[in-house]
Amino acid sequence: MSNPAAEIPDDGLDEMIACPQCDALYHARMPPDGRRATCRRCHTVLIAPRQGAYARVIALALTVMVLMIGATTFPFLAVNVAGFSNRASVLDSALAFVDGGLMASLAVLVVAFIIMVPVLRAALVIYVLGPLALGRAPLRGARKAFKVSEDLRPWSMAEIFIIGVAVALTKVSDLASVEFGPAFWMFAGLVVVIVLKDGAMDRWSIWKSLDSGS
Amino acid sequence: MEIAGQRIVSARETGLVACRRCARVWPMGRRTCGRCGSALRSRDWGSLQRVWAWLTVGIICYIPANLFPMLKTRVLFSESEDTIVAGAIELALNGNIGVAMIILIASVAIPIGKFVAIGYLAISVARPERLRPAQRHRLYHIVEFIGRWSMIDVFVVAILSALVQLNFAASINPGPAAITFALSVIFTMLAAISFDPRMIWDRDGQGPDRQ
Repeated sequence: MSNPAAEIPDDGLDEMIACPQCDALYHARMPPDGRRATCRRCHTVLIAPRQGAYARVIALALTVMVLMIGATTFPFLAVNVAGFSNRASVLDSALAFVDGGLMASLAVLVVAFIIMVPVLRAALVIYVLGPLALGRAPLRGARKAFKVSEDLRPWSMAEIFIIGVAVALTKVSDLASVEFGPAFWMFAGLVVVIVLKDGAMDRWSIWKSLDSGS
Repeated sequence: MEIAGQRIVSARETGLVACRRCARVWPMGRRTCGRCGSALRSRDWGSLQRVWAWLTVGIICYIPANLFPMLKTRVLFSESEDTIVAGAIELALNGNIGVAMIILIASVAIPIGKFVAIGYLAISVARPERLRPAQRHRLYHIVEFIGRWSMIDVFVVAILSALVQLNFAASINPGPAAITFALSVIFTMLAAISFDPRMIWDRDGQGPDRQ
């Protein structure tokens, strides 16, 4: 087999895209707005441009941060049994493991997975995309920030937490009556906003603007 | 999208090394990505050792997670300690078969399925394999996507322990299995993240492309 690398000039390499999942090599062509270019052999989404995506992602990321403040401060759930009642916030749930020696490390992990990582990712995305949306050069360390945000993606577990709440409530419901606080609905909304935020980001366009902008 | 040859070729076959973080390609031999700063490796055979290491500790942590209680429940003066499976069985006996299934799938079927799947994928890339690359890649996608969901049970324990603290009427506290189970999930997630799925496609799935 001839070596096609010889046919591709070095400065043309930034017009190539390799599927991060299966290494298939393509000439990067922007698909029409709203359409997605996927890898032909493993179907990973490679490029998915949207008009005005930066502004939308920033708006959604800000929503994540505001909702998270509400979801952690307002009452989340309360139970009543025979005159005894107890309420728990999201933070209480995360800190349920604190009083138990080794268990405390689990509390740190749970706080990270359901509160810190989603907020940190939203903050990093605002830091990275803010200047781009305004048409300015990226801020210092924007590439590093975006890389960290992407690396943290699997560790953001808000959506898993809300399903855990549903399971926990069915367990409690035959033991006690349950009241939903405002934070419950905020957290449920938060999950939807996080999914929309991650869906609206086109990684290829963002990396490309970070590349040319600094 | 337009492929870069007569048929689909990999960046490696073309003499290029691709960044797994930002998809930029560079001439073979370059060590860090000039766009996002990630370390570049065309194929990382050392990654298989990390996969096996994380997988092993994941399996080791899963054993006590099933032997020790996940929840310590006290209602009035009776105390009970439930392991993962015992808790699910109790839910099923109380009529909550749907929820019992969620717990069993998330805490038993998915973790064990993941151990087998990751082990199989790590073995499969090192030798010629019958299963086509597209099928193995789909398996990898499923493992990566679904693995995080095993955390459900840890969150359930967290919520129950925080919520059900009703003086002497009833209380629920986490058992030691909660932490080993969480660690098992985290370690298997790290195993899946360490795996480099590009190796599945080398030589059209006909074994390793070592040089």
